[in-house]
Amino acid sequence: MSMHRIMVYTRFERLWHWLQALAILTLLFTGLRIHGVHQLISFETAANIHTIVAIGLLALWAFATFWLFTTGNWKHYMPTKQGLWRIVRFYSYGIFQGENHPYRKAFWRKHNPLQAAAYLGLKVVIFPLIWISGLMYLYITSGGSWSGLVNFPPAIAWVHTLAAFALILFLLIHLYMLTIGKGFIKHVKPMINGFDMVDLSRVEEAYLEADEPGHIKDNAEG
Amino acid sequence: MKRYLQYMQLFFCIICFAGGITWASYGQCAESDGEEATAHPISSTADHSQFKALHKNFKNGPEVTKACLSCHNKAGKQIQKNIHWTWTYHNKKTGQLLGKEHLINNFCSNARGNEGMCAQCHISYGATNFHLPKKQSQIDCLVCHDTTGKYYRLPPTKGSPACSILFAGKKPIDWKNVAQHVGLPGRANCGSCHFYGGGGDNVKHGDLSSIMANPPKSVDVHMSPDGQNFACTACHVTKNHQWSGSRYQLLAKDTKGVGKPGFRRHATSCESCHGLNPHPNDSVKHIALNTHVKRVACQSCHIPAFARGGVATRTFWDWRTAGRTKNGKGFMEDNYVQGNGEKRETYWSIKGNFKNGENVVPYYAWFNGQTTYTTVNTHFDPTKPVDINHLEGSANDSASRIWPFKRMETWLQYDKGYNNLVYTHLWGNDDESFWGNFKLKPAIARGMKDAGLPFSGQVGFIKTYSYWPTTHMVAPKEKALDCMACHTAGGRLNGINGIYMAGHSRFAWLDQVAWILIALTSAAILIHILMRIFISFKRRQS
Repeated sequence: MSMHRIMVYTRFERLWHWLQALAILTLLFTGLRIHGVHQLISFETAANIHTIVAIGLLALWAFATFWLFTTGNWKHYMPTKQGLWRIVRFYSYGIFQGENHPYRKAFWRKHNPLQAAAYLGLKVVIFPLIWISGLMYLYITSGGSWSGLVNFPPAIAWVHTLAAFALILFLLIHLYMLTIGKGFIKHVKPMINGFDMVDLSRVEEAYLEADEPGHIKDNAEG
Repeated sequence: MKRYLQYMQLFFCIICFAGGITWASYGQCAESDGEEATAHPISSTADHSQFKALHKNFKNGPEVTKACLSCHNKAGKQIQKNIHWTWTYHNKKTGQLLGKEHLINNFCSNARGNEGMCAQCHISYGATNFHLPKKQSQIDCLVCHDTTGKYYRLPPTKGSPACSILFAGKKPIDWKNVAQHVGLPGRANCGSCHFYGGGGDNVKHGDLSSIMANPPKSVDVHMSPDGQNFACTACHVTKNHQWSGSRYQLLAKDTKGVGKPGFRRHATSCESCHGLNPHPNDSVKHIALNTHVKRVACQSCHIPAFARGGVATRTFWDWRTAGRTKNGKGFMEDNYVQGNGEKRETYWSIKGNFKNGENVVPYYAWFNGQTTYTTVNTHFDPTKPVDINHLEGSANDSASRIWPFKRMETWLQYDKGYNNLVYTHLWGNDDESFWGNFKLKPAIARGMKDAGLPFSGQVGFIKTYSYWPTTHMVAPKEKALDCMACHTAGGRLNGINGIYMAGHSRFAWLDQVAWILIALTSAAILIHILMRIFISFKRRQS
């Protein structure tokens, strides 16, 4: 096993990440306005943008989901207990002792166990809650049959609001995590140029050199 | 001084259903009639001045009516079925007998027993107290069909002698001229009564004032000569002398929309012209607004306020103070100056204290078109305010929408012993009529006795509300309410239950818990940062 600078976030994944980030920030800003938390823009503008961006994000998610399953990238998010305890110990203790981050990215494991669990939670719990409730709200308020559903909007709005707040919590922690370990810039950079240090087996290294020479930049480092 | 007293007497006498103001308005509207006639969608195919039947020196109204009916031989029967004639409406859903001839309102309280005055606005000749005419020859065709603006009506009987001035100094009607110049009713025809309901200009409805005879576009886009120039009947579609659009049973949610091409639906709803998707589906906002139509009446957004255009409406009335006199005579105070500069009453011996309002924000409520009335036969709990017409509807009822109303608040006399509303004998040349004698108890005793109803002899006052659907004075679309009028904390629909309104409705504890969690997370992050800094600093030192 040896560390190599290889392509971990391909072009689509980066595009997905940043478009999603932009959409989520916009949706949070407009959503909080609709909820009445701030009044920096008009309700009308906020509701307009919120609806359009939400539909755009749904389209993006459709592509991302397709991509995750067809390329096999879904494997990165499968939960594992292996090494989880070491990560938790590092964030709550080791970091203060000047220890290095215990995780080394692997070719089919580019997220540490805690990170993978957080992203999985986001993908299978928070995101579905927010888009399903959002779509139901749109359906019911835009021509969906009212009779019988009249009492649901409060419940739907409740779920939507709950998921939005959960997303804010995720964002706070997500952004803070970037400052831990190698530092903010070194953490963000892979999501810009796609390359990061990964612990490769000899077979993986050989495969990349033979079949994806553009995806491996340099040899042994550390 | 004598002149002053005379004025007082005059004020005293310009009474319910506004005799005086009614004829004043005719002059105003006369100018517009020619214009209106040309702008009317249906121009007449007949010139009435050429009809032989009208070449007579008519001496009175009934003679004219006979001439009208000699050609329009089905009109008499049609009118006899019309609510303007019967003053009776039988609500089949609630089983209640309604209409002016039965109800008690919280303005001048009751027409029943005071027809000698109130029937000034009954389309007949020769009404007296407790008697509305029944014969076809007694129909007043002219009040609706006159186009000269020179026709007027007076109270059918003279009432108390103090009111004689009300009948003096009027130019006699030129019956022949009026009869030869009849046409379809214009705004001023309907307005001669409907603008003055409750005893003066815009007193009752709030959205029907003398302004509506020729409103600027900013007041009413449909009825303005600069807008659609609609007559009332453009929306209140008529079939065989029966009008559509009665508030006794209102179409609160039209699910049919526009009728078939070439047919006008016998329905007075916005949707009957504008369809079920009234906003163009060309933006997120418009799509969202079209969905609002299912739950919010068009009027709620498109009539941002009523009593616009300079004429006030009465918003509060207090009968408790009625009957005060100065030197044994009734008096009036007019301390409210309305938008057009005219003074409006704030006290009147015959009626009590008033509050007036302009540009009034409506009262909003769920409404499915049904109302249950508190009639003279309803016994109520006197510890709570009484709804004269209780609005039916709720969020759970898909036939309901959120409607705007003028809510009239009145302290009204009632029978304290039996807990019911009463007929008050206001008008009459006798010792009991309130308008002349200023004593409520004998007036109520007489009113109830004449109606054959029991009276305990105890008079009390109770707070009452009546609700008047706000549906005229549709503003230009740029003036329709902004989203923020409702979608904000404490917005216009504050108190409307059963619906989630983004920006207005909150889940208080969810919000609180969420913000606490966000604050705790931020604090944890901050502590984490501080510990990292502190420890790295210490490690560098050692």
